[in-house]
Amino acid sequence: MRLPISQRRFPYLLCFLTFLYFPQVTGAQDKSPTYAITHAKIFTLSGPTIDDGTIVIQNGKIANVGAAVEAPAGAQVIDGKGLQVYPGLFDPITQMGLREIGAVSATVDSAETGAFNPDVVASEAVLPSSEHIPVTRAAGITEVLAVPASGGLDSEGPTGILAGQASAIHLSGWTINDMLLKKSVAMVLNWPEIQTQTFDFSTFTRKQKSFTDAKQEYEKQVDELTDWLDRARHYALALGHGGATDYQRDLKLEALVPVTRGELPVLVFADKARDIRNAVEFCEKQKLKVILAGGAEAYKVKDLLRSKSIPVILGPTLTLPREEDDPYDRLLTQPAELAAAGIKFAFGSFDNSFSRRLGQQAANAVAYGLSYDEALKAVTLYPAQIFGLADQVGTLESGKIANVIVTNGDPLELTTEVRYLFIKGQPASLDNKHKALYEKYLKRPKAQ
Amino acid sequence: MKTATLTCAKLLICSALLALPAPLLAHASESAAAAESSPVILIQNATILTASHGTIEHGSILIKGGKIAEVGASVKAPKDAQVIDAAGQFVMPGIIDCHSHIAVDGSVNEGSISVSSIVNIADVLNPDDVDIYRDLAGGVTVANVLHGSANAIGGQTIVIKLRWGQPASKLPFEGALPGIKFALGENPKRSNSRGRAVRYPTTRMGVEETIRGAFAEARDYKAAWDLYNKRTAAGEKNLVPPRRDLRLDPLVEVLEGKRYVHSHCYREDEILMLLRVAKEFGFKVRTFQHVLEGYKVADEIAAAGAGASTFSDWWAYKVEAYDAIPYNAALMTRRGVLVSVNSDDAEEATHLNQEAAKSIKFGGLSHDEALKLVTLNPAIQLGIDKRVGSIDAGKDADLVIYNRDPLSAYAVVQKTLIDGRVYFDRQRDIADRPGREKEKKALLEKEKKSEKKPEAGEAAKKPGEKKMEEKKPEEKKPEEKPKPPQASAVAGGAR
Repeated sequence: MRLPISQRRFPYLLCFLTFLYFPQVTGAQDKSPTYAITHAKIFTLSGPTIDDGTIVIQNGKIANVGAAVEAPAGAQVIDGKGLQVYPGLFDPITQMGLREIGAVSATVDSAETGAFNPDVVASEAVLPSSEHIPVTRAAGITEVLAVPASGGLDSEGPTGILAGQASAIHLSGWTINDMLLKKSVAMVLNWPEIQTQTFDFSTFTRKQKSFTDAKQEYEKQVDELTDWLDRARHYALALGHGGATDYQRDLKLEALVPVTRGELPVLVFADKARDIRNAVEFCEKQKLKVILAGGAEAYKVKDLLRSKSIPVILGPTLTLPREEDDPYDRLLTQPAELAAAGIKFAFGSFDNSFSRRLGQQAANAVAYGLSYDEALKAVTLYPAQIFGLADQVGTLESGKIANVIVTNGDPLELTTEVRYLFIKGQPASLDNKHKALYEKYLKRPKAQ
Repeated sequence: MKTATLTCAKLLICSALLALPAPLLAHASESAAAAESSPVILIQNATILTASHGTIEHGSILIKGGKIAEVGASVKAPKDAQVIDAAGQFVMPGIIDCHSHIAVDGSVNEGSISVSSIVNIADVLNPDDVDIYRDLAGGVTVANVLHGSANAIGGQTIVIKLRWGQPASKLPFEGALPGIKFALGENPKRSNSRGRAVRYPTTRMGVEETIRGAFAEARDYKAAWDLYNKRTAAGEKNLVPPRRDLRLDPLVEVLEGKRYVHSHCYREDEILMLLRVAKEFGFKVRTFQHVLEGYKVADEIAAAGAGASTFSDWWAYKVEAYDAIPYNAALMTRRGVLVSVNSDDAEEATHLNQEAAKSIKFGGLSHDEALKLVTLNPAIQLGIDKRVGSIDAGKDADLVIYNRDPLSAYAVVQKTLIDGRVYFDRQRDIADRPGREKEKKALLEKEKKSEKKPEAGEAAKKPGEKKMEEKKPEEKKPEEKPKPPQASAVAGGAR
């Protein structure tokens, strides 16, 4: 029986790995050791790749990176010879910590009931000890967005129109306080579709509606949405003019105020060209800042997206085409097509247990024409830029939060292993439920 | 998540019974025509991943009469052979998906009863299911098309070749033993089916008893027939034969080793349970499907001679998948189980090569071992390894050509061959797209015209019926119509 590769090849690092077991040493950041990864190939993504360089991690931040950088005295040194250093991957749409086992509703907190819940915030329900977190981390993903009502099993029912606020979290920490990168980064807007066909999961039957009825329902939903935004604007006015006694506090409207001011972007879930057009038109009229999510037919509205500079979080490339007569590789070639059109996009898993396929999704887009450089940025820098977090994560530059991975190769390739992973400058464990079960059953004595 | 979402998606798609868009039909008949002849083909200069005897660099494969005539570093080809130059490319055996639900007309679940052995997937093969073509484009050449998992004993199953463009009668893999689907755990006990009428069983105890009960009946039924046949053979006249029981016939075939059992399962306990039941009644479990906790009882599976067909890295979508680990395939392989990696899903099937590669990272399988997970191993599991599963002289020329090592996320299928015929060609697919686009446009135009007449009154109110642009969605554009009416209307227009 073979040992896991890290133990086979690096027995001398066992002590260090034991130390790595602890997710984080919180409250002791000023005392935390300095780390230096030396003689590694460093993909900074902010400048040229350094073939033989050193990166220094201090006080949770990247202190220095370069070819001529020396490891400071007293630093814990990791010999990076033959290894490669990248910014940790960023999965911008997940239900991390909000959903443990899809089919067990008691473990699912990702979609609130009701159509308008702008005040609910993902980070309030993120379970730091979710088994998904270390499993995902082992794939080189260091930060994600936990996004309410963003897909998965619970998306089969109604998910709400204004479904709540997405939170950016680091994938390591004893509590949400350690994990939080930014509490509120976007407001989820599930754009209402004109649906002539629906599926009732309680009775398992398909229902057909006339186009007129479906359109009426759609318009009613858009009217309601408009009304919410109007009321939020009035609420903001009242806040600005009156004293505390002049208005009754309304948490939902309060949550919408930064949206109406264009300070908090709306993360608009829409796939079909028509829905994207309608959503973009609506948001422009309402002066909202838009990030598109899903975008299965974004290629049909390239000009619109480019002219309005709307970034896209693309749903999984490993998805069959929407229409029977679409080319079989429709979703695989779309990223290259969008890149050529100058549209900024990031890849998202839209899932929990498949979050670790993020690199695979990006690599598959490269196989179908996207440049490798763009693919790598679309799982690191671009999601950070799109959600306004690029001053903190997404590249290896001094001053940024040290979310760093050290691999034995291309982090998008299926067989590549993550050897070390730092989150907020702390070594984070690569152990997880899967590895533990693997090691346990490796040792099972042969059954008689 | 995936299973549930996909099953539902499937339900929607299947129940819609869409007519195939004409452009695709045209394409299909083209490949059917191309498949009429059986040319001599030489694939040369390729890196050949044989799956049975290692890798051949700069090798050639000679195909005659749909079979591999020769494979090696130097192969003599007749002058008139069609040459496929695969310089810099990789050839591997066609991918065999040991758990598929493509090419099925309607739902895959006869969920009303707990023993639905009476129904047969072979009766509802749909050769026009576009997922056949999509999976072909992902290098799949053979699929084990299974009934769903709603019943402890499910429907009869069939192995097909993905001969896109051929009629349903040409899909079955000639000579492959048929199978029957069993299912254990949450699905047959309906843990996750909300709002449904209660149906026995609702526990794993009941699942066991359902299977035992059915086989107890099948054994008695078989004994009655055996006696009847024996006495008739001995010359007795005027005997009344036992009444035929269509539900028990397939189970008798299982007892006689003429039909394979493919059992959906997750948890370790239910895997051992089925092995006990199989032992009690004297039948074999050919494959455990999904078998996500197979790594916990790998020795027992190996000792019983059962195969295991699993997912690469699916987990946590339900409780019985919570201990699923991506090391499953490797752990079971190391314990002597014959393992394959399957899709259970038309999309997942398009990249089974990638899914197999994950076992190199998770559990340290070799390149060859990983390759076998989707080629030779499932061929053995389905009892068709004399015909397919590796690149050896005498086997069917079911081959996939990739632009690079298929165990990489960057590999793209260039051509897929079945029986020595090119059923998928990426270059041709791309070249055909403008034509198909044009044809679709023309059909939609035609449809638009014929549609206007009955709505003349309404149309008159909106002069200048044009594209919507970025205005309110007041008017229907053809593509905005609900899918089934559109598809059938298009088909009608082409009539």
